[in-house]
Amino acid sequence: MSVLTTIISLPLIGALALLFIPARQHVVVRMISCGVTLLSFILASLTFFEFNAADGSGFRNEQLTPWVESLGIQYHVGLDGINVGLLLMAAAVGFSAVLVAKTIQYRAKEFHILLLVMIGGVLGAFASLDLFFFYFFHELALIPTFIMIGLWGRGENRNYVTFKVTLYLSLGALIALVGLILLYVQAGANSFDIVKISEAVKANPLSFQSQNLIFPFLLFGFGILVSLWPFHTWAPMGYGAAPTATAMVHAGALKKFGLYGLIRIALPVLPDAAAYWAHIIAWLCLGNLLYCGWVAMRQKNLNLVIGNSSVAHMGFVFLGIASLSLLGVTGAITVMIAHGFLAALSFGLTGYLADRGKSLELDQMGGILKSLPAVGSFMVLAFMAGCGLPGFANFVGEAMVLFGSWSSFSVVTSFGVWAGLVIGAIYMLRALRKALHGPLNPSYDGILDASGFGQKLPYLILIAFLTLFGVFPRLLTDKVQPAVEHSLEQMKESSSLKIVLNTQKGADHDAAPALSHSSKFEETKPEPYKPGQS
Amino acid sequence: MNASLMFLEILVALAGLGILIGDLWTPATQKKKLGYGAAAFLGILFFFSFNMEEGPVRYAFGGMYVLDNLALFFKRVFLMSGVVVMVMAVQFAPKIRRGESEFYAMILFALAGMMVASSAFDFSLLFVSLELITITFYILASYLRSESTSLEAGVKYLILGALSSAVLVYGIALLFGSTSALSFIEITETLSQGSVTLASNPLAIAGAIMIFAGLAFKLAVFPFQFWAPDVYQGAPTPVTAFLAVGSKFAGMALMLRVLFQALSSITVNWSAFLTTLAIFTILYGNLAAIPQKNFKRLMGYSSVAQAGYLMMGIVAMSVSGSSAILFYLVGYAVTVLSAFLALTICINATGSSEIRSLSGLMDRSPLLASAMALAMISLAGIPPLVGFFGKFMLIQSLVESAPAGWGCLVAAAIIGVVASMYYYLAVVRTIIWDKPLSGGDAKIDVAMPCQVLLYAGIIAMVYLGLFPNDIVQAAQNAASVFKF
Repeated sequence: MSVLTTIISLPLIGALALLFIPARQHVVVRMISCGVTLLSFILASLTFFEFNAADGSGFRNEQLTPWVESLGIQYHVGLDGINVGLLLMAAAVGFSAVLVAKTIQYRAKEFHILLLVMIGGVLGAFASLDLFFFYFFHELALIPTFIMIGLWGRGENRNYVTFKVTLYLSLGALIALVGLILLYVQAGANSFDIVKISEAVKANPLSFQSQNLIFPFLLFGFGILVSLWPFHTWAPMGYGAAPTATAMVHAGALKKFGLYGLIRIALPVLPDAAAYWAHIIAWLCLGNLLYCGWVAMRQKNLNLVIGNSSVAHMGFVFLGIASLSLLGVTGAITVMIAHGFLAALSFGLTGYLADRGKSLELDQMGGILKSLPAVGSFMVLAFMAGCGLPGFANFVGEAMVLFGSWSSFSVVTSFGVWAGLVIGAIYMLRALRKALHGPLNPSYDGILDASGFGQKLPYLILIAFLTLFGVFPRLLTDKVQPAVEHSLEQMKESSSLKIVLNTQKGADHDAAPALSHSSKFEETKPEPYKPGQS
Repeated sequence: MNASLMFLEILVALAGLGILIGDLWTPATQKKKLGYGAAAFLGILFFFSFNMEEGPVRYAFGGMYVLDNLALFFKRVFLMSGVVVMVMAVQFAPKIRRGESEFYAMILFALAGMMVASSAFDFSLLFVSLELITITFYILASYLRSESTSLEAGVKYLILGALSSAVLVYGIALLFGSTSALSFIEITETLSQGSVTLASNPLAIAGAIMIFAGLAFKLAVFPFQFWAPDVYQGAPTPVTAFLAVGSKFAGMALMLRVLFQALSSITVNWSAFLTTLAIFTILYGNLAAIPQKNFKRLMGYSSVAQAGYLMMGIVAMSVSGSSAILFYLVGYAVTVLSAFLALTICINATGSSEIRSLSGLMDRSPLLASAMALAMISLAGIPPLVGFFGKFMLIQSLVESAPAGWGCLVAAAIIGVVASMYYYLAVVRTIIWDKPLSGGDAKIDVAMPCQVLLYAGIIAMVYLGLFPNDIVQAAQNAASVFKF
């Protein structure tokens, strides 16, 4: 049995165990939840730091168990550079979310069960190499989200939000499912195994027509899940209404599932369609970057600022994917991981205030840094990371994306730079000034700061990873880059159109110098990235 | 003649007669035992049926009756459902003023009819078995003679059922008129034997459509679904469960045989027609279910929706489509029977089948609540429960064979599934999170046999969702009788 199976199943076993524990044993419930997610987090970290990209491009820690052989479905998990960081991020976010969930009083046992199922599902989705299980685990994580928003959510329009989120995300998931099944049918490998499908496609590339039939299903199915503009409206209000832990796991980890699906499945197997749609993705991502950033500037509620900024950040990932270049896709994965930590941190911090009955309306806030030094300074760090300040992992990813996409989409990229640096700074700094500085708002009287190691731990873990990967980005990018290179190689091999092959080569041609850019850029990283460059 | 092939049906029918006779010597307080005895007997037959030889196709009564993998598959599902329905009937019995043992006997007769239907290979046997099912259901649906809802259900079912039977018979007559045969084997030969004109003969086609309509009534496929919500709501709960599982499955067994074995040279061209019906069935069932307040009525609409999903497997017109249908039916049987068994016990305690009356069931009886909540989650198609895998197989088979208009059908299915999440999860919410209604928070006692069955149902829903391989294999074996 692979260590991956242990990592995935620990939270699920924990959820199962909680079923048999009486609800009044609150301490036991907490101990089990924290214990299993901590173990899972430790194992994921060990796996991550043991992972050595030099071992070759294949999958590590693989496990393949036939499940329904006649339909070509097997339980297949494995790690390569693309998902190893995501798995670590999901496990860290999961553990922090469980720590934060301590404030839940109403039906705490049921909440913990759902939360553990959700975490197990997220981990499983990132580790799966079988289309069926990939979808299965995602759905396993998604349904608890709806229930948690509906029952433990906050705000007056909670029911409306639950309904909207359910509608959007189920729709997205089902559209993606149809795309995955189509892929299975068209690839003709008689297997849902991603490895087998990509081999079959390599040997016998899909025609442009069939690629173009499948790709929109995956793009828009996954796009809805990742809040691609214009399908993003569920996200800010969903996160505003969700209980803290749920928002952390969903915004941090689960949402990256769609992006991961695009990178893992859509790009290598459907290269021609990906190249064809890349322009559309690039222009849509401007919707995320500019429009949602602009919307974030106008928000009066801190959670909505963060929710919209989280949607806006997805634009960078889409831009990186659309660039189809080594640097861009590597940057996209780095942003996914960095943003996972960041989103969990931000929602965890706003949740800290909301769970203690405080309003998150910016008018009602002010001077938090004075009365809550610890939470306040964590917030400052989160906001700075959100603006893309060097020293945080987000900067690394965003800069790589912008460098990587310049040659493919220079117009979009220049808007993107503007969005990332100017708009991001405006809404983040505005929120920072209103919420943290100034005189203490009377409505924030009597709130206690996070005290003791236990209360600070969830935030410290997330900040630690943000800065670790920000200061030593090669810890991450050295693992990611070879896998992306392999994936792009596969794209070229599975392409059926000559004309697209040429553009592929073009993109790849750019990727080679881009690679040297990247190493150069990493050497000169401490230099602040000046807005003047754009 | 090879009557020994029928011994399962014969034993079930004999058990029904045995109950009628045994009733004469059983005191009124002991009649429960007759029901439990019948359930145990069906259970033994169920396990025994696994000893029956699979593989070779055997005929009896001059080719009227066939015993193949498909028939065996359905017989096992029917026997399993029979056990649960019988236990349910015993729980329900206190509400029956007179004729408790007849209630059990009727269920056994209907069960015998279903088992014969799964083996029917001749339109005359098809009609006889269908009438055996339908006529017993007229009686069963109106069994609570003092309650107007039950009578209403019975009358509605009688009128519409008689109408559909008439249409079916007329269709059979037209088909006989054009092919001069009733046996499936002969009809297939006549239709495919070079005479291209016969398969496109308007008389034969009209006959085929009428037969389809008669069977679609049993399945509650749009536009033959009007009876379902009313009858489901009014009929005694065990009868509703038996309608949802037994009657529907018998209809499906016959539908598969008729469409893919007897009339395959005609129905080959029906793809667009069947796709349209499937789309409307899915949308109608799911959208109409949203505002429902009564649990049994909700299940009526849900059963229409499920018929729509099943139609996806028919539209696929492939072995994988048919095996998806069979797998789905097994999952559906396990799920719906668990839900209705739990409901029967709840109704005994609360006296109402409104969804509201299920409030706070989690506090009153965790077992009932979890069985029912899991059943709802499975019906909504959420992993890791069995309903998810069934839907997955259906969609997969549809995409695989990609008939004309499959995109619209898939879109309808997606809309349907999303809409269904709303009403199924609303029931889950009521069960687990709502406070019990005032005055109704006493614990609910669950009789021993029901506990066993509920635990079995819960385990089956989870187990078949996590490890579907065996049933998938069995379904594929059974579906291999079809040639496409």
